Amino acid sequence: MRGSLLRRQIRRITPWTALLPLALTVLVGYLGGALWSLFISTTNSRTFPSTEFVGLDQYERLFDNERWLLSLHNLAIYGVLFIVACMVIGFLLAVFIDQKVRGEGLLRVAFLYPYAMSFVATGLVWQWVLNPDSGLQNALQQMGWTSFTFDWIIDQDKVIYTVVIASVWQGAGLVMALMLAGLRGIDEEIWKAARLDGVPPWRVYVSIVLPMLSATLATVFVLLSTAVVKAFDVVIAMTQGGPGTASDLPAKFIMDHLFGRANLGLASSGAMVLLMTVLIIVAPLLYVRSRRKEAR
Amino acid sequence: MKRQALLAATFLLAAATAAQAQTQPAPLKAEVIHWWTSGGESAAVKTLADAYRAAGGEWQDTPIALGEQARSVAINRIVGGKAPTAAQFNTTKQFYDIVDQGLLNNIDDVALKGGWDKFLPEVILNVIRVKGHYYAAPVNIHMPTWIWTSKAAFAKAGIKSDPKSFDELFAALDKLKAAGLVPLAHGGQGWQDNTVFSAVLANVGGRDLYLKVYKDRDPAAIKSEAFKKVLLTFKRLHNYVDKGSPGRNWNDATAMIINGRAGVQIMGDWAKGEFNLAGKVAGKDYGCIAGFGPKSLYVIQGDVMVFPRSSDPNTVKAQKLLASVITNPVTQVAFNMKKGSVPIRTDVDASKMDLCAQTGLAILKDKSRQIGNGEAYMTPDQNGALQDVISNYWNRDIPVEKVQKEIINALQD
Repeated sequence: MRGSLLRRQIRRITPWTALLPLALTVLVGYLGGALWSLFISTTNSRTFPSTEFVGLDQYERLFDNERWLLSLHNLAIYGVLFIVACMVIGFLLAVFIDQKVRGEGLLRVAFLYPYAMSFVATGLVWQWVLNPDSGLQNALQQMGWTSFTFDWIIDQDKVIYTVVIASVWQGAGLVMALMLAGLRGIDEEIWKAARLDGVPPWRVYVSIVLPMLSATLATVFVLLSTAVVKAFDVVIAMTQGGPGTASDLPAKFIMDHLFGRANLGLASSGAMVLLMTVLIIVAPLLYVRSRRKEAR
Repeated sequence: MKRQALLAATFLLAAATAAQAQTQPAPLKAEVIHWWTSGGESAAVKTLADAYRAAGGEWQDTPIALGEQARSVAINRIVGGKAPTAAQFNTTKQFYDIVDQGLLNNIDDVALKGGWDKFLPEVILNVIRVKGHYYAAPVNIHMPTWIWTSKAAFAKAGIKSDPKSFDELFAALDKLKAAGLVPLAHGGQGWQDNTVFSAVLANVGGRDLYLKVYKDRDPAAIKSEAFKKVLLTFKRLHNYVDKGSPGRNWNDATAMIINGRAGVQIMGDWAKGEFNLAGKVAGKDYGCIAGFGPKSLYVIQGDVMVFPRSSDPNTVKAQKLLASVITNPVTQVAFNMKKGSVPIRTDVDASKMDLCAQTGLAILKDKSRQIGNGEAYMTPDQNGALQDVISNYWNRDIPVEKVQKEIINALQD
């Protein structure tokens, strides 16, 4: 009798022990790191962490800094365009493949292929393609289309869109794969019923399939959002934040100040603002989800 | 019996080895963190390692690509208690925070014995000497604002000789443009924009204005007409770059000079490494202009070694040996010939060095022409903020008055 009690105890503890390393990582690494950054952002730390409290000075300096404001502005443009374009293109690609086209396997690989590339490689490739001197523009001009110009990458006001293009090229394939998996999970009977009722396919996709895919859509959205917030390498490889600081993103601003400019305090305050932004976007989403679960 | 004899023999042997070890002390081990990783750079660092070995030390090489990366590794290891024997920094205020934290050993006796005060340029002394103590051993002097010219491109554009003033430079750029060449080979990255700006400030602004802006960060000087002229001259250069300039790496720009596609590049003397690799000769294939006029400034930038705090007598000994080996005249010439920079002292035999280095050393002999790079006077943070403003101005059409205001703002404490 006692033996089985013990066994039951062990069985109850086992999952928790298994989760312990992860729990520690989250608590110490993530939460601890965030709290530490919060603390550092209220000090005058430079190369080394300092304990001299300066209140909100760093935040004041941050929002007085045109480069930071520009990077936030860029993040907004980049975030919205990247997420929307990835979802729309990814969904359309998935629908296209879902039509039981010939050579599906090949197409699937072709569309997913860019995702196998790192952001650094993506950035470099697109830097070459978009370089007006040696890339696409030059090639087309030499082929005879002399009036062709596409020099957004050296244009202060348009360079951020080239970063979007490169990122979408890289990310849309993954969205397609996830959406396709969702589409394949939809019961054939629904299609048969719709066909019997004479509903046009596009209507089925928009009014029936998309709502059924809401869980997949949410996953895709969260994945893409995290990619937006941590976007750094693609800019580094493609434009180094330039021309000037025109394609700067918050992550690059933070990294620059963390190391090259030896200003832990300002970098931490930037990181906190970024964290707050994420929380503001994610919190309502989590709230809605938890409400929905309760309702169930 | 036999066993006893064997034991005795072993004991004797051990004792003998121990005695030998005592008479011949283990070589002083020095682990050095640096970011000299490119081909020419590793050849240069090898001369340091060889010299240190010849002096009885053991060099342990820890190269880490990219300066920023190497410095942050060094700082992390110093803080984490696993400090290297020496670490590379630039001749700037980069290492002042570590000095403030009391994490570096000073090398006062090496500096005293070597008579550093007598031969080191004032600019370098002012950087490595903090509150009367010497915290770094200078390795080289780089001059970031050389003006390189392509003889081939100049010939094609019908330009007879290298320009001798900024006006002549603009005239040459116009001719290059008319000949269908890229007049100014420029890599549009923030630090390169900033380099070009420093060149204009040094040549058009002159010594006083240079120091008032970079060292004193004086708002009145930044608002002045003279500084406005510097900014406008800088911006005028932008008319001469090609469309592919933004984001270009400096060595790709140098390649344009090498193959005669472009006429002029403003870049540090590390560009010589590229010319050498391509088999080009200074004075024949390319020209190097340190500045315009007989009083042109020689902007001093470079690298130093700092020595993290340690109380282990062997480490301290190794650090001192390293400091004296690095600054030794023979090592200096050997290292700097490979590196493309010039020695930290002018009392060396420069006959084997190339034309540009000899020109540089000759200028350096005149103390009134020595001046520090921006980072010798500004913190990394201020320098970065200034670079952001300069780079934006280069790339965007901003009224010059607004730029002046932004610079004042960027250089505030």
